[in-house]
Amino acid sequence: MIAAIVAQLGEWTAPVIDWHALAPELILVVGINLVLFIDLNIGEARKWAMATLTGFVLLAAFVPVVTLAVIGDASREMFDGRYVVDHYALILKAIFLLVAYVVVLMSQNELEEGGYYQGEFYVLMLCSVLGMVMMASSRDLVSIFVALELLSIPAYMMAAWRKRDVRSNEAGVKYYLLGVFASAVLLYGMSFLYGTTGSTKLVEIGEVLASGDLIAMQVVAIAFVIAGLAFKVSAVPFHSWAPDTYEGAPTPVTAFFSVASKAAGFVALMSLIFLAFPTATGVYQPLIWVLAVLTMTVGNVMALRQTNIVRMLAYSSVSQGGFILMPLAVAGTGDASQSAVRAVIVYLLIYAFMNLGAFAVVIAVSRKTRSGEITSFGGLFGYAPGMAAVMTIFMASLAGIPPLGGWIAKFNVFKTVIDAGSGAAYALAVIAAVNTVIAAAYYMRVLRQVWMMPAPDGDITPLATPAPVTAALGITAIGTLVLGVLPGLVLRFGDLQDLTGALGR
Amino acid sequence: MILAMVPNSTWYLLLAAVLFGIGAVGLLVRRNPLVMFMCIELMLNAVNLSFVAFAVRFGDIAGQTAVFFVMVVAAAEVVVGLGIIVSIMRRRPGATADDLAELKG
Repeated sequence: MIAAIVAQLGEWTAPVIDWHALAPELILVVGINLVLFIDLNIGEARKWAMATLTGFVLLAAFVPVVTLAVIGDASREMFDGRYVVDHYALILKAIFLLVAYVVVLMSQNELEEGGYYQGEFYVLMLCSVLGMVMMASSRDLVSIFVALELLSIPAYMMAAWRKRDVRSNEAGVKYYLLGVFASAVLLYGMSFLYGTTGSTKLVEIGEVLASGDLIAMQVVAIAFVIAGLAFKVSAVPFHSWAPDTYEGAPTPVTAFFSVASKAAGFVALMSLIFLAFPTATGVYQPLIWVLAVLTMTVGNVMALRQTNIVRMLAYSSVSQGGFILMPLAVAGTGDASQSAVRAVIVYLLIYAFMNLGAFAVVIAVSRKTRSGEITSFGGLFGYAPGMAAVMTIFMASLAGIPPLGGWIAKFNVFKTVIDAGSGAAYALAVIAAVNTVIAAAYYMRVLRQVWMMPAPDGDITPLATPAPVTAALGITAIGTLVLGVLPGLVLRFGDLQDLTGALGR
Repeated sequence: MILAMVPNSTWYLLLAAVLFGIGAVGLLVRRNPLVMFMCIELMLNAVNLSFVAFAVRFGDIAGQTAVFFVMVVAAAEVVVGLGIIVSIMRRRPGATADDLAELKG
């Protein structure tokens, strides 16, 4: 054993590093240190500058993503094909950076007025974003695990950010215990995958799994890996942490979790399914089918009975997760494998816009009402018609009403499922259609408050929405509208060829 | 008779499975946040043992490398986890997992 290790050491040469392809990650690393260092040496009165600086770091990281996409020479592989920057990775990196930028806009005033630790918050958020950006390129079990933990560990702290609030502490401890438990389950599955295939590289695992019938340990490994990631995407029955954590955490953090962390979990799930388990359809398809059906149904039914808006949005995001799982449940059947990746990516992008927007409205309104109840939205149309209009856009889009973005997202998902053309796929489509109708009920209940009900206590002083929140609302509302009207902008992203291109060679 | 047998990697895999099982059951049964936390550490170390056993079976270094990553990540998780648990214990001394029920529904 020792001799083997020494022999491997002798052959070691430094890997070739493509600095351009790594530039987004490197800029984020430099930015994290910069924010941390400046935060240490700046007076309390000027801490607001940290949010601006974080915004610039995210925009700077966005530049190489764009240049890489424009150069567009297929995929750049590093470290023996374990870290790949291709179009699939780039579009996901762009989503993560954009979401983080909007979350910075949303959290700025909340943190400043709450007197929370601003510099540290942005450092942790950037670390989490770095993990997500790495996740998009990871093509190896170890780098997927490291990226997942890099994005989760800061998130545990962000959930418990309001240190003196018992509810925030509770949100943090619940998220932490279940999150680490999920990591352990995921890792145990990964160790079995490594143990039965002899490699940690996803493509090589895929080749070994394709070469013969699956043995029992491989089936267990796939089930454990999917269960571990199901926690991260808060799929039922692994969702119990999500509503509690979302309600207890500060609202901008909740927005970040419900969009970015969830998207990162789906990215890991997609990389594993399409690169490592493409031939194990008999194992992962039924598992994900059950997860998808349970997730959308339980999420919707629970959302119906919520009176707190954040909690309702938490269950709504659980149920949206079920829709995003749908294409993966049929990913290996018929024609669906071509469109499944695109359906998931388009859904993640549009969901990011509409869900962030809904949370931005909640932040803007609760600054005045100091309440999280759905009834506190009463009379919004009377004293803030603009806010009522954007809330209508987001709620209608979440419900999937044309011509808004959410409709295109749902349309793609249904199209993929119908493409699959198997009995299970049609059953899934019917269940999802019923769920779309149930979901409309609770989104419309919010709109009923906004448009029809009187303001609680007759308080009709106008909202004082700070500029950053207004900017966040503008970005998300325009995104939701434009993607609904011009879906061609995103529909060409994320063809399966991009992801599995490495397999062909 | 048993003493004469040379332990091979399968023995370690079985031990890892038992440790993982103890950790998982402990997490579900125990109600003290600190003990639950220790159970998770037990699960992570079971994973490490499993990785090393497979690496020895293949004579391959990749599994052992993975263990280093898991150890470093586990150390980072301990720091964050203890921080969160200390802050909750300061507010509510002696709290068990069942007492953490401000948020529900």
